[in-house]
Amino acid sequence: MPALLFVGLLHIGSAYAKQANHVTAEHAWIRLLPGDLPAAGYVTLQNNDAKAATIAAVQTNAYTSAMIHQSTQDADGMSHMAMVDHLAIPAHAAVSLSPSGYHLMLEHASHPVKPGDSVNVTLRFADGSELPVSFLVRPANAVDTN
Amino acid sequence: MKLPRLARLASLSILFAASLLLAACHHDESQPWQLSDISGHMPDLAFQLTNDEGKAVTAADYRGKIAVLYFGYTHCPDVCPLTLAHLHVVLQKLGKPADNVRILFVSVDPTRDTPAVMHDYVKAFDPRAVGLTGSATDIEALTKRYRAAFTREPGAADGSYEVSHSSGIYIFDESGKARLLATPADPQDKIVHDLQLMLGSGNAS
Repeated sequence: MPALLFVGLLHIGSAYAKQANHVTAEHAWIRLLPGDLPAAGYVTLQNNDAKAATIAAVQTNAYTSAMIHQSTQDADGMSHMAMVDHLAIPAHAAVSLSPSGYHLMLEHASHPVKPGDSVNVTLRFADGSELPVSFLVRPANAVDTN
Repeated sequence: MKLPRLARLASLSILFAASLLLAACHHDESQPWQLSDISGHMPDLAFQLTNDEGKAVTAADYRGKIAVLYFGYTHCPDVCPLTLAHLHVVLQKLGKPADNVRILFVSVDPTRDTPAVMHDYVKAFDPRAVGLTGSATDIEALTKRYRAAFTREPGAADGSYEVSHSSGIYIFDESGKARLLATPADPQDKIVHDLQLMLGSGNAS
């Protein structure tokens, strides 16, 4: 019985931590590529809390696979891309997922997606809280105006 | 395979060091270019590949046009589309004269990038973009010619893989001479400026 109570308290604790409640998302968009090619998602995330918030997973019904990736360029001018397991947004700071940096890698659309559509993506934080974000689908040759 | 790759990376570093040196001499009045001038430092455009309509093509097919050469692959959702979108805006800013420019997007992932896949990809960016693919040997010959490196990263469980590639943008004049080197980080206006100069004078130098 005490153990059960303890678990119950933990649940209450996590429910009140809610990293997602302190994070706002702006300028969310997807660059759509033709056919079944992977698309990239971009968004600016602002953490208004005094503690860092960490994204542990991303999920969307529109694509069978959604991951956070990072593009980097080394001193030789080589461009690389790698998966990122966790993305921390420091206290009272913003992190931009923007072209040639962090981005969502969205693979295999589960239904046809076209420019002008909205795609809902859920950002899941390390404490289990979730932030739903609506991404605007833009054409391949769209240029980030921010 | 280790040594050639190192050698390629080394020569690429030399190239970038050379472009930095050239950029350092930028205030020279006789130097009209805003991008790195590579005239005389890189060989003329030469290749034998397949275009995005499935036709065999060589560099001679693009003589008379300014060729903007960029290596990439279609399963690249971030940096390649960013670069191609910027080049599309550059051509829009140039207006009508941009009809004399061709963006040559060469796949370094010919296994997945068939002419049909390349066609849909490049045309989503600009009607003046041409997708080029071909045999691994012919593509490697072209990347080596411009000291551009590429590697395939270890595959994921589902068989997918990532490709690392040089992000240089090589600009050739109407006669196929290598003239300028840009990077995706260069502001569009610099590329617009230099292409305008090259289109205007034919052989400004």
